[in-house]
Amino acid sequence: MDDKVKTAETSSGHVKVVENATCTFCGCVCDDMVLTVDLDQKKITKAKNACVLGRAWFAEHVHEDNVPPALLDGQPVSVEAAIEEAARILVEARFPITYGLSDTTCEAQREAVAITDMIRGNLDTTTSVCHGPSGLAFQGIGESTMTLGEVKNRADLVIYWGGNPAESHPRHFTRYAVTPKGMFTPNGKKDRYVVLVDVRRTPSAPVADLFLQVKPGHDFELAWALRALVRGRRLDPGIEEATGIPLATLTDLAARMKSCRYGVLFFGMGLTMTRGRHFNSGAVLALATDLNEYTHFVAKPVRGHGNVTGADNVVSWQTGFPFGVNFSRGFPRFNPGEFTTVDTLSRGDADAALIVASDPAANFPKAAIEHLGRIPVISLDAKETATSRLARVAFRTATYGISVAGTVYRMDDVPITLRTAFESKLPSDEDILTALRTRIKALLLARGQAAKSRSAATRTAA
Amino acid sequence: MPEIMLLIAGRTSDQGTSLNRGKLKEEYLQVTSTVEMNEDDMARLGLQAGDRIRLSNDTGETTVTCQPRKRTDLPAGMLFMAYGPSSSQLMASDTAGTGMPISKNFTVQIEKITGAA
Repeated sequence: MDDKVKTAETSSGHVKVVENATCTFCGCVCDDMVLTVDLDQKKITKAKNACVLGRAWFAEHVHEDNVPPALLDGQPVSVEAAIEEAARILVEARFPITYGLSDTTCEAQREAVAITDMIRGNLDTTTSVCHGPSGLAFQGIGESTMTLGEVKNRADLVIYWGGNPAESHPRHFTRYAVTPKGMFTPNGKKDRYVVLVDVRRTPSAPVADLFLQVKPGHDFELAWALRALVRGRRLDPGIEEATGIPLATLTDLAARMKSCRYGVLFFGMGLTMTRGRHFNSGAVLALATDLNEYTHFVAKPVRGHGNVTGADNVVSWQTGFPFGVNFSRGFPRFNPGEFTTVDTLSRGDADAALIVASDPAANFPKAAIEHLGRIPVISLDAKETATSRLARVAFRTATYGISVAGTVYRMDDVPITLRTAFESKLPSDEDILTALRTRIKALLLARGQAAKSRSAATRTAA
Repeated sequence: MPEIMLLIAGRTSDQGTSLNRGKLKEEYLQVTSTVEMNEDDMARLGLQAGDRIRLSNDTGETTVTCQPRKRTDLPAGMLFMAYGPSSSQLMASDTAGTGMPISKNFTVQIEKITGAA
């Protein structure tokens, strides 16, 4: 028996305490949760160590024993019937796409890759609308990387650029990068200098010793100016007009970056979702690379969904590319802009979609959502969403990290094993995808045999 | 002259907590259809907290509620709102060969909605 799970009977009923549970709400994937589970109510009543987002993630989880696990055109059907229809749709499609994958286990992601390979479809993850541009920049510039444990123990200069961790990743400050006491940072925050770069003063600003309010759309110019100063080049004071930051401030920061012991640049979607996209991420990565001539400096994207980093890893090790992969020629090809989902939907290329643990019908550009409404969609999600509502086949699956065990990757590419709080009657994403893969394989085999028979008959007739 | 401003979409705590209750629930839809505006801009445009405004651009339009933010927090001419169905209505689908549509820092036209919503 797992010694981190203790079940007790109290005056108020059966209670289970799960130690070292993992919150999969965001990319921090904090694995020090202590969950108190009311087994009678089937509710998590307390999530010790969780942030405001994590508390909501656990507290709002409703055990949905009475929810039908599969809907076909909005009507409850058996899982088997839904699998049959989903397999038929995917096998008959000429340009099927698979998308999502960032809020499920690596084990389920692996199945989704196998299915897309088998049907010669198009595979993409939410990375393409998150840090996809950073993925492109990694290929062009490289990544001076680390784990968050290193940051906690060593970093004395921490720069957040284009992100608002106080609201998106609240424990990034307290568990990994700002306040924790580490091996070489025994005084926590007192041993670190924190810089925040953003276009607006966010709730993260009070944490920073220095806040740089960059002009919207001018992050690239700011990073390039810092690169120049780090290399000892002279800059025109007019750089303030271009970036919004006085030259003296930039000069001081460049000097501080060169003289720190261990510097880290955490960059967010303020760089990737705005003008410049991969050039912005590339400029920040290049700045970190430059700084390694003077000191130890690393750069890391701050990732949003609980296992979006796992999606990058699984898709990379299975196909050789992190996202935007197409199998139509029988081997993987990578081409963002062509094989990424906003593009395949907005252009009208896709004629069927398998959406796993994602809600593009709520978050994609209008043209993409409209096309999603025109094609048969198969969705897998733990909750009802705009995507599951428009899906022809909608599977309701158990929640990873609460009712499903498996592996997820923290934003620093560290794999973490999940420990469940309670069982669910709903199938996991992996269960559904494995069954779907098996059925698709059988259909493709039958189709291949039928084609062979037709071919043989034609030869005989000739 | 129509009022043109820069829209930044991003994550917020309220968005993060309300999506756990359900993305189809009223709370989430309200959080993601509220836009923050510089307090001076609001005064200049004759807007009060809670007023309804229409945001539009070449891609589409959406109706949102506006709330003031201090001039020190949000620069004049800038709007901020949580990602969601409303901001999606204004996002163009061109990804410039990257896969990523511009989701932050795009221009929108603002129009106050008068009368019943």
